[in-house]
Amino acid sequence: MSQLVFDPSKVMDIDYTQRTEYLEGLEAIKAAHKVLKEITYAPSLPDKGYTNRTLYVNVGTHEITEKPVTQQMKDVFIGGRGFGLYHLWNAVKPTTRWNDPENEIVISPGPVAGITQYAGTGKSLVVSLSPQTDIPIDSNVGGFYGPLLKFSGFDALELQGKSDKDIILFIDGVKGIIRIEEAPTDPVDSHVLAEVLTHMYAENEKDLPNISVVSTGAAAEHSLIGMLNFSFYDRRRKCVRFKQAGRGGIGTVFRDKRIRALVVRGPKVAGDLNHPADPETIAKTGIKYHKEIRENDGTQCMMRRNGTAHIVEIMDAYDLLPVHNFQFGSHPDVHKIDSSYWQQRCTQHTVDGCWYGCSMACAKGADGLVLRTGPYKGHMVTVDGPEYENAAGLGSNCGVFDPDYLLELNFYCDTYGICTITYGTLTAFVMECYQRGILNKERTGGLEMTWGNAEADLEMMHQMARGEGFGKIAGLGVKKMKEHFIKNGWGDPQLINDIGMENKGLEYSQYMSKESLAQQGGYALTNKGPQHDEAWLIFMDMVNKQLPTFEDKAEALYYFPLFRTWFGLNGFCKLPWNDVVPADNASQPEPHKVPEHVQNYVDLFSATTGIKITKEDLILQSAKVYNFQRVFNIRMGKGLRLHDAAPYRSLGPVTKEEYESRAERYDQQIVTEMGLDPAGKTTEEKMALHREWRTGRFSKLMDSVYTRRGWTLDGVPTLERLKELGLDAFPEVVDVVKQHLS
Amino acid sequence: MILVNEEPLGWHEGMTVRDILRARNYRFPMLVIHVNEVLVPKKDYDTTLVPDGAAVKVIHLISGG
Ligand code: SF4
Repeated sequence: MSQLVFDPSKVMDIDYTQRTEYLEGLEAIKAAHKVLKEITYAPSLPDKGYTNRTLYVNVGTHEITEKPVTQQMKDVFIGGRGFGLYHLWNAVKPTTRWNDPENEIVISPGPVAGITQYAGTGKSLVVSLSPQTDIPIDSNVGGFYGPLLKFSGFDALELQGKSDKDIILFIDGVKGIIRIEEAPTDPVDSHVLAEVLTHMYAENEKDLPNISVVSTGAAAEHSLIGMLNFSFYDRRRKCVRFKQAGRGGIGTVFRDKRIRALVVRGPKVAGDLNHPADPETIAKTGIKYHKEIRENDGTQCMMRRNGTAHIVEIMDAYDLLPVHNFQFGSHPDVHKIDSSYWQQRCTQHTVDGCWYGCSMACAKGADGLVLRTGPYKGHMVTVDGPEYENAAGLGSNCGVFDPDYLLELNFYCDTYGICTITYGTLTAFVMECYQRGILNKERTGGLEMTWGNAEADLEMMHQMARGEGFGKIAGLGVKKMKEHFIKNGWGDPQLINDIGMENKGLEYSQYMSKESLAQQGGYALTNKGPQHDEAWLIFMDMVNKQLPTFEDKAEALYYFPLFRTWFGLNGFCKLPWNDVVPADNASQPEPHKVPEHVQNYVDLFSATTGIKITKEDLILQSAKVYNFQRVFNIRMGKGLRLHDAAPYRSLGPVTKEEYESRAERYDQQIVTEMGLDPAGKTTEEKMALHREWRTGRFSKLMDSVYTRRGWTLDGVPTLERLKELGLDAFPEVVDVVKQHLS
Repeated sequence: MILVNEEPLGWHEGMTVRDILRARNYRFPMLVIHVNEVLVPKKDYDTTLVPDGAAVKVIHLISGG
């Protein structure tokens, strides 16, 4: 495959935001495209949020068909993640694995997605069987693809089959054309490919914002942790930027199907394309929120200035920032990568939303980074981010405190199609294995994976993209690395399992959960694996002490995962919910739920679809999909209590130095929680006491949460619960559950 | 002595809500603070005195994540 060549001598001459150098070979690339299949269809706009049809494309057989959206689909699955899970369930068998042709990638934006009056409504949910976990993964992503797909006539896109050559799927929602094209010479990595395709498929300069590209990069071909980039055209910078569907390796599935890219060309976006039932309520709710952002953001989270990176220094101050593979919670060098640095480093003269109308505008861009390594060495690029997860995962968790290296790691993750969260956690694991002699230079093929060695870190990433050396092993993810190291007799298996931060095969995201039992549950008692977008309870539990009993924690682990699931059913970003609050929020009952915003969401759903719901209905809508997903996991061979087990590093101190870094707190817990006297005991003895206590209370938490969720103590939804949720209407779902109820 | 989120903290004459935030290194900007169950508005953190023996709740809202 060809790669556009860039002349480093031109580096200071180029307009780095326009990236015109990538377009030099565009005509030749276009000429090499060959149409494999083309159909016409009637484009349509949504009515009350739904277009009432979905698109099925088999990239192997070139079948392209429309499917109707049934009333049952809307009632039970709503849209977004719900539609994704519904289609995937119907597509696969219990024996299907991620690289079987029947596995699908489903992209669906949800009924409210695409409105431009409220903040954060451009999200799509991407669902597939994950190469890392073998169960459904769902990833919430911004960018324009989902809304433009919907405005082209489809509530969801199902991709099935496997192509034998690299293809592009082009949907022209203006002319009503769907085309599968062979793409033999297209660039591989996202920052070049998306720029090229955006210009290739736009009819003229004005049309550029109506194009969105889904793509991945070189590393997705050689690893299990591939990610998808969803593009949006940045009018001010005049370049293409990305949001990522990161978790679970969907980019790997994409390349396994030999999809090079998806391109949609939608109509020009206007405020009424969703044809909502009650546009006045949507406009009123949006105006209220925009005013709130304008007035309060500057004294609250400053999302418009810092994005989510604003919590780097806060997590450090609260001993919750992952440092050196989640061993510690803070580090003296954090000031080098905290928000005061990113404030200067990110371009601030521009409004930075990833969908129209997002006044929270947290999509920060660091412009003008000259790369020091890899195939794009010497190129000057814009890096999106770093968001908190990137700064913590690629930075503190690996001991990388050089911000330019952190940006370079972030850039290559994006363009190579690697999940930054996953990469950060797996590299931190590799570095700790190196620290403890489980790995050494010989075993890594010469990579010196010491804490903070950004050059070795980048080289491992380049190897991952080339499919070579130790990078190829690292690209299997923590779970498979653990198996590989243990099989080779490298290190103590218990230690390796204790420090490998994965659950169900997915790497942990970037919070140090050792001192928060509810957060431990928020990570491990999830459907897809440990990801902060399900239940982020670390403040409520550990800092606020708002959840003193097991029942309190179970209630939070019932409510918040369901509340947050709802965003993914409808096309919302979660940040506008909780990163700014109304001025009088503190005086409201349950201010941590931000009640005015909950009401906004109820109003937006009702005003879009015309279906009146309450805040209780919102939880019920989510519960249907959440329980369906749990049963789906069970159907695929996971989803039981044993699969919710957490690595001990997420529960407590694995090593002596970890214990001693918090000895006062841990000794005190021996007195208050265990009723014992730590005096005279060795650190090892005290660690053993902690392990017993901590694993015991995690097990008790599981009992409480399962009971509250209406599941058996083995984690299986009961028949009563399925009936309450109307899931008994699906005999296959009931059958799966019956096999696990004795 | 006062209790801040159930944990003891030494008290001194003239102690304000701001002093508590400093002592605990509470830097998060979105807080809901109650002193003896009375809500303290953000604008009053510097001037609100905390009596000895008070029960103080400093609720951090959910953010990031
Ligand atoms: S808050 Fe940030 S991530 Fe969410 S929609 Fe707005 S710009 Fe995109």
